[in-house]
Amino acid sequence: MSIRERLSGNEAVATAMKQINPDVVAAFPITPSTEIPQYFSTFVNNGQVDTEFVAVESEHSAMSACIGAEAAGSRAMTATSANGLSLMWEMIYIASSLRLPIVMSLVNRAVSGPLNIHNDHSDAMGVRDAGWIMLFSENNQEAYDNILMAHRIAEHKDVLLPLMVCQDGFITSHSIENIELLEDDKVKEFVGKYKPEHYLLNRNEPMAVGPLDLQGFLFEHKYQQAEAMRNAKKVIEEVSVEFEKITGRKYNFFEEYKMEDAEYVVVCMNSTAGTAKYTVDQLREKGIKAGLLKVRMFRPFPAEEIAEALSKSSIKSVAVLDKSDSLNAAGGALYEDITSAMYVNKKSVPVVSYVYGIGGRDTTSDQIESVFEDLQKINKDDKVIDPYRYLGLRK
Amino acid sequence: MNDLIEIRWHGRGGQGAKTACLLLADAAFNTGKYIQGFPEYGPERMGAPITAYNRIGNNPITIHSNIYEPNYVVVVDDTLLDCVDVTAGLKTDGAIVINTTKDLDAIKPKLKNYEGSIYTIDARSISIEALGKYFPNTPMLAAIVKVSGIMSDEAFLADMEGSFKHKFAKKPEVIEGNMKALELTLAQIKKLQ
Repeated sequence: MSIRERLSGNEAVATAMKQINPDVVAAFPITPSTEIPQYFSTFVNNGQVDTEFVAVESEHSAMSACIGAEAAGSRAMTATSANGLSLMWEMIYIASSLRLPIVMSLVNRAVSGPLNIHNDHSDAMGVRDAGWIMLFSENNQEAYDNILMAHRIAEHKDVLLPLMVCQDGFITSHSIENIELLEDDKVKEFVGKYKPEHYLLNRNEPMAVGPLDLQGFLFEHKYQQAEAMRNAKKVIEEVSVEFEKITGRKYNFFEEYKMEDAEYVVVCMNSTAGTAKYTVDQLREKGIKAGLLKVRMFRPFPAEEIAEALSKSSIKSVAVLDKSDSLNAAGGALYEDITSAMYVNKKSVPVVSYVYGIGGRDTTSDQIESVFEDLQKINKDDKVIDPYRYLGLRK
Repeated sequence: MNDLIEIRWHGRGGQGAKTACLLLADAAFNTGKYIQGFPEYGPERMGAPITAYNRIGNNPITIHSNIYEPNYVVVVDDTLLDCVDVTAGLKTDGAIVINTTKDLDAIKPKLKNYEGSIYTIDARSISIEALGKYFPNTPMLAAIVKVSGIMSDEAFLADMEGSFKHKFAKKPEVIEGNMKALELTLAQIKKLQ
């Protein structure tokens, strides 16, 4: 069956890319994602993949090359982090608005400055409205699995949107951990061949890509992008179900950990969710009904489903942990999405925001335990007077 | 989670502490364990103090933070005893293993009178004897395997021989020396306390 291995998060992604064997990979090195194109270029040199590897001179060019390749009718992938993503920013929007299902591995890192190479989610949050599907990964296994599912989702005719798979820089990208890999032929069969309906190199259907789009049409084209993002929910669900059939690993929009009777709930993304599981287990042994909701699918945002999950009658209070400060005097991005979802769906539970882990500040089980302690001080009908909080900030 | 073993490495950039940490993860993985091996990245430069971590257990490991209360600490360079609090959080039923030629009287005050077990190994002379150069990480890897009892000496040596054959596929001449460094360490490690 599956192959028992131990790989870092970066090795896991590079391995998934090798098994997918895309037509084009264009990338520029930036810590902590550097190893992904580095490992992949080795596969290219060793003849283990047929990919055209384009060693570009910047991330702007990396995304431009992916756009050109994908528009031409080929399957393109890239990897980056933080300021690399910032330099791509113009082309990030072009990729999604041209409806090109490029797949990117984003190894999350703080966007400078001052200069910091460590993990937080400020890079991802900077492109959360750019029209990319965004999947978050707790560990190397989830990063690998999400990449294997990525093309099936992105290239679906009802979607046609680019997709990024996020994981935490260094914390999972550079940590060696156990992983279950799929055999090459199973990956090949699952991912399938890319058969674009419309593409530039189809001489039977001459077309223009990205021409002028003014007052008369841009609005409708943006609506189509929004529709595609709405459609993506169903496709992500379908692909995840199919993936479970071949791997036994179940992926939903979000993971509910010990939520059946939970009274106090922490919501977070990526590696912190693993630490939170440990904390929840510890607290459960002490009789405290702690639970975790780990968001996997951040874009499209499963607003209705999360609102429903957080409104179980047992739940007394919720903390949303954001690894990025929106610097808006009103809470982190995930917090805003969740509170908005609850308001719109008429679900009322006290929800507090914690900004944490900025610039690689280590997030410990003790810190998460302190959040659960804070939550126990909130009564269900309270108006929380200090909802915008920090975790692990030195005083 | 009771079976979980947590190890913290202290070394200096360029000494191979990170590599040793990853090799330990590899060796434990090969005996069927769940493992984590990860360095704490800081300003990367030769000689700067670096830290790396291992978690090794019989169950899946979900925790993703640094290690603050290790069962074992490995000190790859004894000059770190003067500038890093190497015994911070170290459990007294655990142990510290140090690459040094110093005796207990010289070491103990630098360990804040740590009450747990203290082991030393002269990784420099072993490395020079076995490899002709100073690579402290191979002896220190053997030292922590011995001290922690993560696996038997025989299983460890057999596994490492395979690893070295893979790792040094293009430099087969160093395999024998590395194996010798492991064997010398297993034989020479000293328990001072």
